[in-house]
Amino acid sequence: MNLFSLWRRRGSAPVARERLQILLSYERSARGESNLLSILRGDILAAVSKHLTIDQDNIVMRMDRDATLSTLEIEIVIPHAEMKLAAS
Amino acid sequence: MAKVVVITSGKGGVGKTTSTAALGAALAQAGKKVAVIDFDVGLRNLDLVMGAERRVVFDLINVVQGVAKLPQALIRDKRLETLWLLPASQTKDKDALTEAGVAGVIKEMRGKFDWILCDSPAGIERGAQLAMRFADAAVIVTNPEVSSVRDSDRIIGLLDSKTQKAEKGERIEKHILITRYDPNRALRGEMLSIDDVLEILSTPLLGIVPESEEVLRASNVGSPVTLSNPASPPARAYADAASRLTGENVPMAIHSERRRFFGKLFGRAA
Repeated sequence: MNLFSLWRRRGSAPVARERLQILLSYERSARGESNLLSILRGDILAAVSKHLTIDQDNIVMRMDRDATLSTLEIEIVIPHAEMKLAAS
Repeated sequence: MAKVVVITSGKGGVGKTTSTAALGAALAQAGKKVAVIDFDVGLRNLDLVMGAERRVVFDLINVVQGVAKLPQALIRDKRLETLWLLPASQTKDKDALTEAGVAGVIKEMRGKFDWILCDSPAGIERGAQLAMRFADAAVIVTNPEVSSVRDSDRIIGLLDSKTQKAEKGERIEKHILITRYDPNRALRGEMLSIDDVLEILSTPLLGIVPESEEVLRASNVGSPVTLSNPASPPARAYADAASRLTGENVPMAIHSERRRFFGKLFGRAA
Protein backbone atom coordinates (compact mmCIF):
# COMPACT_ATOMS: atom_id res chain seq x y z
CA MET A 1 0.00 0.00 0.00
CA ASN A 2 1.44 3.39 -0.93
CA LEU A 3 0.40 6.93 -0.12
CA PHE A 4 -1.60 7.16 -3.30
CA SER A 5 -3.76 4.17 -2.41
CA LEU A 6 -4.30 5.63 1.04
CA TRP A 7 -5.57 8.78 -0.60
CA ARG A 8 -7.79 6.77 -2.89
CA ARG A 9 -9.30 4.96 0.06
CA ARG A 10 -10.12 8.25 1.68
CA GLY A 11 -11.94 9.19 -1.48
CA SER A 12 -14.21 6.16 -1.73
CA ALA A 13 -17.24 7.58 0.13
CA PRO A 14 -17.53 10.66 -2.14
CA VAL A 15 -17.32 8.32 -5.13
CA ALA A 16 -20.14 6.21 -3.70
CA ARG A 17 -22.23 9.30 -3.10
CA GLU A 18 -21.73 10.59 -6.62
CA ARG A 19 -22.44 7.25 -8.27
CA LEU A 20 -25.64 6.91 -6.26
CA GLN A 21 -26.84 10.39 -7.10
CA ILE A 22 -26.44 9.82 -10.82
CA LEU A 23 -27.93 6.34 -10.74
CA LEU A 24 -30.91 7.22 -8.56
CA SER A 25 -31.85 10.31 -10.51
CA TYR A 26 -31.92 8.10 -13.60
CA GLU A 27 -33.90 5.34 -11.88
CA ARG A 28 -36.39 7.77 -10.37
CA SER A 29 -37.11 9.28 -13.76
CA ALA A 30 -37.45 5.78 -15.23
CA ARG A 31 -40.13 5.13 -12.59
CA GLY A 32 -41.92 8.24 -13.76
CA GLU A 33 -40.88 10.51 -10.95
CA SER A 34 -40.07 13.74 -12.70
CA ASN A 35 -36.59 14.97 -12.10
CA LEU A 36 -35.39 18.09 -13.85
CA LEU A 37 -31.75 17.09 -13.58
CA SER A 38 -32.15 13.85 -15.47
CA ILE A 39 -34.40 15.48 -18.09
CA LEU A 40 -31.74 18.13 -18.64
CA ARG A 41 -29.07 15.49 -18.78
CA GLY A 42 -30.97 13.52 -21.39
CA ASP A 43 -31.68 16.60 -23.53
CA ILE A 44 -28.12 17.88 -23.39
CA LEU A 45 -26.68 14.50 -24.35
CA ALA A 46 -29.21 14.21 -27.17
CA ALA A 47 -28.23 17.66 -28.48
CA VAL A 48 -24.54 16.85 -28.34
CA SER A 49 -24.97 13.48 -30.00
CA LYS A 50 -26.51 15.19 -33.05
CA HIS A 51 -23.08 16.57 -33.81
CA LEU A 52 -20.70 13.91 -32.64
CA THR A 53 -20.66 10.31 -31.59
CA ILE A 54 -20.66 10.18 -27.84
CA ASP A 55 -18.39 7.65 -26.31
CA GLN A 56 -19.21 6.87 -22.68
CA ASP A 57 -15.49 7.02 -21.89
CA ASN A 58 -15.38 10.64 -23.02
CA ILE A 59 -18.09 11.84 -20.68
CA VAL A 60 -17.80 12.67 -17.02
CA MET A 61 -21.07 13.45 -15.30
CA ARG A 62 -21.59 14.81 -11.83
CA MET A 63 -24.82 15.51 -10.04
CA ASP A 64 -25.19 16.91 -6.62
CA ARG A 65 -28.15 17.89 -4.55
CA ASP A 66 -28.44 19.59 -1.21
CA ALA A 67 -31.20 21.38 0.65
CA THR A 68 -31.17 24.56 -1.44
CA LEU A 69 -29.61 23.77 -4.80
CA SER A 70 -28.71 21.09 -7.28
CA THR A 71 -25.86 21.02 -9.76
CA LEU A 72 -25.39 19.11 -12.97
CA GLU A 73 -21.93 19.03 -14.43
CA ILE A 74 -21.25 17.39 -17.79
CA GLU A 75 -17.73 17.21 -19.13
CA ILE A 76 -17.38 15.98 -22.69
CA VAL A 77 -14.00 15.25 -24.14
CA ILE A 78 -14.00 15.86 -27.90
CA PRO A 79 -11.10 14.27 -29.76
CA HIS A 80 -9.76 16.49 -32.55
CA ALA A 81 -10.63 13.84 -35.10
CA GLU A 82 -14.27 14.24 -34.12
CA MET A 83 -14.09 18.03 -34.48
CA LYS A 84 -12.85 17.76 -38.03
CA LEU A 85 -15.55 15.25 -38.78
CA ALA A 86 -18.25 17.52 -37.36
CA ALA A 87 -16.97 20.55 -39.26
CA SER A 88 -16.84 18.83 -42.63
CA MET B 1 -56.09 2.06 17.98
CA ALA B 2 -52.71 0.75 16.94
CA LYS B 3 -50.27 2.43 14.67
CA VAL B 4 -49.05 0.01 12.01
CA VAL B 5 -45.38 0.33 11.06
CA VAL B 6 -43.62 -1.67 8.36
CA ILE B 7 -39.92 -2.37 8.84
CA THR B 8 -38.58 -2.66 5.32
CA SER B 9 -35.44 -2.20 3.20
CA GLY B 10 -35.55 -3.91 -0.18
CA LYS B 11 -32.11 -5.37 0.34
CA GLY B 12 -31.67 -8.42 2.52
CA GLY B 13 -29.32 -8.69 5.45
CA VAL B 14 -29.37 -5.04 6.46
CA GLY B 15 -31.06 -5.68 9.82
CA LYS B 16 -34.84 -5.64 9.33
CA THR B 17 -35.54 -8.53 11.68
CA THR B 18 -33.03 -7.37 14.29
CA SER B 19 -34.54 -3.89 14.11
CA THR B 20 -38.12 -5.17 14.34
CA ALA B 21 -37.27 -7.18 17.47
CA ALA B 22 -35.29 -4.34 19.05
CA LEU B 23 -37.83 -1.59 18.28
CA GLY B 24 -40.72 -3.81 19.35
CA ALA B 25 -39.01 -4.64 22.64
CA ALA B 26 -38.03 -1.00 23.22
CA LEU B 27 -41.63 0.13 22.73
CA ALA B 28 -42.85 -2.60 25.09
CA GLN B 29 -40.16 -1.63 27.62
CA ALA B 30 -41.65 1.88 27.48
CA GLY B 31 -44.98 0.35 28.50
CA LYS B 32 -46.69 0.17 25.11
CA LYS B 33 -48.67 -2.84 24.02
CA VAL B 34 -46.80 -4.14 20.99
CA ALA B 35 -47.23 -6.89 18.39
CA VAL B 36 -44.51 -7.81 15.92
CA ILE B 37 -45.58 -9.72 12.81
CA ASP B 38 -43.20 -11.77 10.67
CA PHE B 39 -44.21 -11.46 7.00
CA ASP B 40 -41.34 -13.54 5.67
CA VAL B 41 -43.34 -16.61 4.66
CA GLY B 42 -41.07 -19.61 4.18
CA LEU B 43 -38.10 -17.91 5.80
CA ARG B 44 -39.36 -16.97 9.23
CA ASN B 45 -36.69 -15.71 11.58
CA LEU B 46 -38.25 -13.17 13.89
CA ASP B 47 -39.23 -16.04 16.24
CA LEU B 48 -35.58 -17.12 16.43
CA VAL B 49 -34.21 -13.62 16.98
CA MET B 50 -36.77 -13.14 19.77
CA GLY B 51 -36.07 -16.52 21.35
CA ALA B 52 -39.59 -17.86 20.78
CA GLU B 53 -38.81 -20.47 18.11
CA ARG B 54 -39.86 -23.40 20.30
CA ARG B 55 -43.16 -21.85 21.22
CA VAL B 56 -44.57 -21.47 17.69
CA VAL B 57 -47.78 -23.45 17.28
CA PHE B 58 -49.84 -21.42 14.82
CA ASP B 59 -48.76 -18.75 12.39
CA LEU B 60 -49.96 -15.79 10.32
CA ILE B 61 -51.23 -17.99 7.47
CA ASN B 62 -53.15 -20.22 9.89
CA VAL B 63 -54.93 -17.10 11.11
CA VAL B 64 -55.51 -15.80 7.56
CA GLN B 65 -57.00 -19.16 6.56
CA GLY B 66 -59.11 -19.43 9.69
CA VAL B 67 -57.31 -22.57 10.91
CA ALA B 68 -56.47 -20.77 14.15
CA LYS B 69 -57.85 -17.73 15.92
CA LEU B 70 -55.59 -14.74 16.42
CA PRO B 71 -55.17 -15.21 20.22
CA GLN B 72 -54.06 -18.82 19.62
CA ALA B 73 -51.33 -17.75 17.22
CA LEU B 74 -49.98 -14.78 19.17
CA ILE B 75 -46.98 -15.65 21.35
CA ARG B 76 -46.44 -13.55 24.43
CA ASP B 77 -42.83 -12.66 25.17
CA LYS B 78 -41.45 -14.35 28.28
CA ARG B 79 -39.60 -11.23 29.43
CA LEU B 80 -41.95 -8.45 28.45
CA GLU B 81 -45.63 -8.73 29.33
CA THR B 82 -46.79 -6.31 26.67
CA LEU B 83 -44.82 -7.75 23.73
CA TRP B 84 -46.40 -10.29 21.38
CA LEU B 85 -45.20 -12.12 18.29
CA LEU B 86 -47.19 -13.37 15.32
CA PRO B 87 -44.83 -15.74 13.51
CA ALA B 88 -44.67 -16.38 9.76
CA SER B 89 -45.44 -19.75 8.29
CA GLN B 90 -42.35 -21.80 7.58
CA THR B 91 -43.71 -24.38 5.19
CA LYS B 92 -46.78 -23.18 3.36
CA ASP B 93 -47.10 -21.71 -0.07
CA LYS B 94 -46.33 -17.98 -0.26
CA ASP B 95 -49.58 -17.39 -2.16
CA ALA B 96 -51.51 -18.45 0.92
CA LEU B 97 -51.01 -14.92 2.16
CA THR B 98 -53.77 -12.88 0.54
CA GLU B 99 -54.39 -9.17 0.69
CA ALA B 100 -57.88 -9.64 2.11
CA GLY B 101 -56.52 -12.07 4.68
CA VAL B 102 -53.80 -9.69 5.83
CA ALA B 103 -56.31 -6.83 5.92
CA GLY B 104 -58.52 -8.88 8.23
CA VAL B 105 -55.70 -9.79 10.62
CA ILE B 106 -54.40 -6.21 10.81
CA LYS B 107 -57.90 -4.90 11.36
CA GLU B 108 -58.47 -7.29 14.23
CA MET B 109 -55.10 -6.45 15.76
CA ARG B 110 -55.51 -2.68 15.50
CA GLY B 111 -58.04 -2.69 18.28
CA LYS B 112 -55.85 -4.79 20.61
CA PHE B 113 -52.43 -3.10 20.47
CA ASP B 114 -50.75 0.31 20.59
CA TRP B 115 -48.13 -0.63 18.02
CA ILE B 116 -48.00 -3.25 15.28
CA LEU B 117 -44.59 -3.74 13.66
CA CYS B 118 -44.54 -5.66 10.37
CA ASP B 119 -41.20 -7.30 9.58
CA SER B 120 -41.02 -7.28 5.79
CA PRO B 121 -39.27 -9.92 3.69
CA ALA B 122 -36.43 -8.69 1.48
CA GLY B 123 -37.16 -7.83 -2.11
CA ILE B 124 -39.96 -5.87 -3.72
CA GLU B 125 -42.29 -8.74 -4.57
CA ARG B 126 -45.68 -9.65 -3.22
CA GLY B 127 -44.57 -10.49 0.34
CA ALA B 128 -42.82 -7.16 0.77
CA GLN B 129 -45.79 -5.32 -0.74
CA LEU B 130 -48.24 -7.09 1.57
CA ALA B 131 -46.11 -6.22 4.60
CA MET B 132 -46.29 -2.50 3.72
CA ARG B 133 -49.82 -2.51 2.32
CA PHE B 134 -51.71 -1.38 5.45
CA ALA B 135 -48.94 0.54 7.18
CA ASP B 136 -49.39 4.02 8.60
CA ALA B 137 -45.64 4.51 8.80
CA ALA B 138 -42.48 2.89 7.49
CA VAL B 139 -39.04 2.39 8.94
CA ILE B 140 -36.58 1.94 6.08
CA VAL B 141 -33.53 0.10 7.37
CA THR B 142 -30.47 1.23 5.44
CA ASN B 143 -26.76 0.41 5.64
CA PRO B 144 -24.37 3.18 4.60
CA GLU B 145 -23.45 1.26 1.47
CA VAL B 146 -24.37 1.85 -2.19
CA SER B 147 -26.56 -1.20 -2.86
CA SER B 148 -28.55 -0.74 0.34
CA VAL B 149 -29.16 2.96 -0.38
CA ARG B 150 -30.24 2.19 -3.93
CA ASP B 151 -32.71 -0.45 -2.73
CA SER B 152 -34.04 1.89 -0.04
CA ASP B 153 -34.78 4.43 -2.76
CA ARG B 154 -36.71 1.79 -4.64
CA ILE B 155 -38.68 0.86 -1.53
CA ILE B 156 -39.49 4.52 -0.88
CA GLY B 157 -40.97 4.61 -4.39
CA LEU B 158 -43.12 1.58 -3.56
CA LEU B 159 -44.23 3.03 -0.23
CA ASP B 160 -45.38 6.15 -2.06
CA SER B 161 -47.34 4.20 -4.65
CA LYS B 162 -48.38 0.73 -3.48
CA THR B 163 -49.57 1.27 0.09
CA GLN B 164 -53.22 1.77 0.91
CA LYS B 165 -52.41 5.20 2.35
CA ALA B 166 -50.67 6.27 -0.86
CA GLU B 167 -53.57 5.02 -2.98
CA LYS B 168 -55.97 7.09 -0.90
CA GLY B 169 -53.78 10.11 -1.63
CA GLU B 170 -52.53 10.29 1.95
CA ARG B 171 -48.88 10.50 2.90
CA ILE B 172 -47.27 7.51 4.51
CA GLU B 173 -44.89 8.58 7.27
CA LYS B 174 -41.35 7.45 6.35
CA HIS B 175 -38.24 7.18 8.50
CA ILE B 176 -34.70 6.07 7.73
CA LEU B 177 -32.98 3.88 10.28
CA ILE B 178 -29.28 3.62 9.55
CA THR B 179 -27.74 0.41 10.86
CA ARG B 180 -24.20 -0.98 10.93
CA TYR B 181 -22.83 2.53 10.99
CA ASP B 182 -19.15 2.96 11.74
CA PRO B 183 -18.51 6.60 12.72
CA ASN B 184 -14.75 6.22 12.43
CA ARG B 185 -14.88 4.88 8.90
CA ALA B 186 -17.35 7.62 7.93
CA LEU B 187 -15.00 10.21 9.41
CA ARG B 188 -12.15 8.82 7.32
CA GLY B 189 -14.30 9.07 4.21
CA GLU B 190 -14.47 5.31 3.78
CA MET B 191 -18.19 5.02 4.41
CA LEU B 192 -21.15 7.10 3.28
CA SER B 193 -21.94 9.60 6.03
CA ILE B 194 -25.34 10.05 7.65
CA ASP B 195 -25.77 13.31 5.73
CA ASP B 196 -24.91 11.60 2.44
CA VAL B 197 -27.57 8.93 2.97
CA LEU B 198 -30.26 11.36 4.13
CA GLU B 199 -29.57 13.79 1.31
CA ILE B 200 -29.68 11.07 -1.32
CA LEU B 201 -32.91 9.58 0.03
CA SER B 202 -34.47 12.91 1.16
CA THR B 203 -36.19 11.17 4.04
CA PRO B 204 -35.93 12.05 7.75
CA LEU B 205 -33.74 10.06 10.11
CA LEU B 206 -35.18 7.90 12.89
CA GLY B 207 -31.91 6.73 14.37
CA ILE B 208 -28.34 5.61 13.89
CA VAL B 209 -27.46 2.12 15.08
CA PRO B 210 -23.71 1.65 15.29
CA GLU B 211 -21.98 -1.51 14.11
CA SER B 212 -21.60 -3.60 17.24
CA GLU B 213 -20.78 -7.11 18.40
CA GLU B 214 -23.75 -6.86 20.74
CA VAL B 215 -26.19 -7.31 17.86
CA LEU B 216 -24.85 -10.76 16.96
CA ARG B 217 -24.60 -11.70 20.63
CA ALA B 218 -28.25 -10.74 21.12
CA SER B 219 -29.44 -12.87 18.19
CA ASN B 220 -27.23 -15.77 19.35
CA VAL B 221 -29.11 -15.89 22.64
CA GLY B 222 -32.52 -15.06 21.15
CA SER B 223 -33.10 -11.74 22.80
CA PRO B 224 -33.77 -8.29 21.35
CA VAL B 225 -30.62 -6.25 21.95
CA THR B 226 -32.55 -3.70 24.02
CA LEU B 227 -33.22 -6.52 26.50
CA SER B 228 -29.98 -8.50 26.35
CA ASN B 229 -27.77 -5.50 27.01
CA PRO B 230 -29.78 -2.28 27.46
CA ALA B 231 -26.67 -0.19 28.15
CA SER B 232 -24.92 -1.20 24.91
CA PRO B 233 -24.63 1.38 22.11
CA PRO B 234 -27.01 -0.43 19.70
CA ALA B 235 -29.59 -0.92 22.46
CA ARG B 236 -29.50 2.75 23.35
CA ALA B 237 -29.75 3.65 19.66
CA TYR B 238 -32.85 1.46 19.28
CA ALA B 239 -34.40 2.84 22.47
CA ASP B 240 -33.87 6.39 21.16
CA ALA B 241 -35.35 5.43 17.79
CA ALA B 242 -38.40 3.89 19.46
CA SER B 243 -38.95 7.09 21.48
CA ARG B 244 -38.73 9.16 18.31
CA LEU B 245 -41.25 6.85 16.67
CA THR B 246 -43.71 7.72 19.44
CA GLY B 247 -43.18 11.40 18.70
CA GLU B 248 -40.74 12.19 21.45
CA ASN B 249 -38.02 14.67 20.65
CA VAL B 250 -34.79 12.83 21.40
CA PRO B 251 -31.58 14.55 20.24
CA MET B 252 -29.74 12.52 17.60
CA ALA B 253 -26.59 10.93 18.96
CA ILE B 254 -24.20 8.31 17.67
CA HIS B 255 -23.74 5.99 20.61
CA SER B 256 -20.31 4.44 20.74
CA GLU B 257 -18.39 2.12 23.01
CA ARG B 258 -15.90 4.82 23.74
CA ARG B 259 -18.48 7.33 24.89
CA ARG B 260 -19.99 4.65 27.07
CA PHE B 261 -16.59 4.03 28.61
CA PHE B 262 -16.15 7.72 29.42
CA GLY B 263 -19.73 7.90 30.57
CA LYS B 264 -18.97 5.12 33.01
CA LEU B 265 -15.87 6.89 34.24
CA PHE B 266 -17.75 10.12 34.80
CA GLY B 267 -20.64 8.21 36.29
CA ARG B 268 -18.30 6.68 38.84
CA ALA B 269 -16.54 9.92 39.58
CA ALA B 270 -19.80 11.72 40.26
